[in-house]
Amino acid sequence: MAAEGTSFKRELLATLPSLRAFAVSLTGKHDKADDLVQDTVMKAWAKQSSFEMGTNIKAWLFTILRNEFYSQMRKRGREVQDTDGAFTERLSVHPSQYGSMDLEDFKKALSQLPDDQREAVILIGASGFSYEEAAAICECAVGTMKSRVSRARSRLTELLKISGESDYGPDAVSAQVTSGNHLV
Amino acid sequence: MTKDNGVGQHRTRMQAGRAEEGLGPNTDIGSRLRALYGAVQDEGVPDQLLDLLEKLDSAEMAQTGSRSKRTGE
Repeated sequence: MAAEGTSFKRELLATLPSLRAFAVSLTGKHDKADDLVQDTVMKAWAKQSSFEMGTNIKAWLFTILRNEFYSQMRKRGREVQDTDGAFTERLSVHPSQYGSMDLEDFKKALSQLPDDQREAVILIGASGFSYEEAAAICECAVGTMKSRVSRARSRLTELLKISGESDYGPDAVSAQVTSGNHLV
Repeated sequence: MTKDNGVGQHRTRMQAGRAEEGLGPNTDIGSRLRALYGAVQDEGVPDQLLDLLEKLDSAEMAQTGSRSKRTGE
C-alpha cells in the first residue's frame, strides 16, 4: 500500500511540468494555471484508486485537468474569462532559439484560434500525445481531432504569414512557414 | 483513460501523426509550439504544489498507519 502510494506520487510529480504547461495554455495565466493544477492534483489524489498503475498516467491527468477547467468555466460563466488563453502572459524563461518578436507573434496567432483547435494543436504538437490519446482526452472522435489540428495549422500559417508581411514584408517568418508547407 | 500502448509503437505512431499534420520536429509551427510549451515546463513546479503533494502523501500515510494499528497488522 505504502509502496503503491509512493509510486503514484512519483509518477504524478514527473507529469506536473507538462500538466502545468497545458494548464497555462488553457488559462493564459500562470496564477490561474497553478490553481487549476492544484485542483487537479487533489482530484487525482482522491481518485487514485481508479487509476491502474502502469497505464498512461499523463493522459489520465490531462483528462482530469481539462474536465476541471471546463466545469469551472461553466460554473463561473463566460463573462469572467478575461484572457484569450494560450501562453498570453510573459514567460519567465524565454526560449533562446527564437527572437522575442517571433514568439510574440506566434502567441498572438495561437490566441486567435478557437478553443478546441488550440487545445488540439497543443496536445498533438507540444504535449506529445497521439491522435487517439488526444481524442480520448477531449472526448471526441479521432477524425475530429485530426481535422481540428489540420484547421489549426492552416489558420496559424495564414495568421503568421499576414503578420509577417504587414510588419516587415515577406520576411524570414513567412519564408519558414512557406517552406514548412513543402514538408507535408 | 486506461490505455497502454507499447512505447516503441506509440512513439512511431506519434511521430507519424505529427509529420502528417506538419507538426514534426522540423516544421516552423511545431517547433514554436514546443518552444512555448517547453519554456513553461522549464520553469519547474511551484513550491505550493510540491507542498500540497507532500501533505496529501503524509495524510494518507498517517491514515494507513492508524488503520494498520487498529487491525493489528
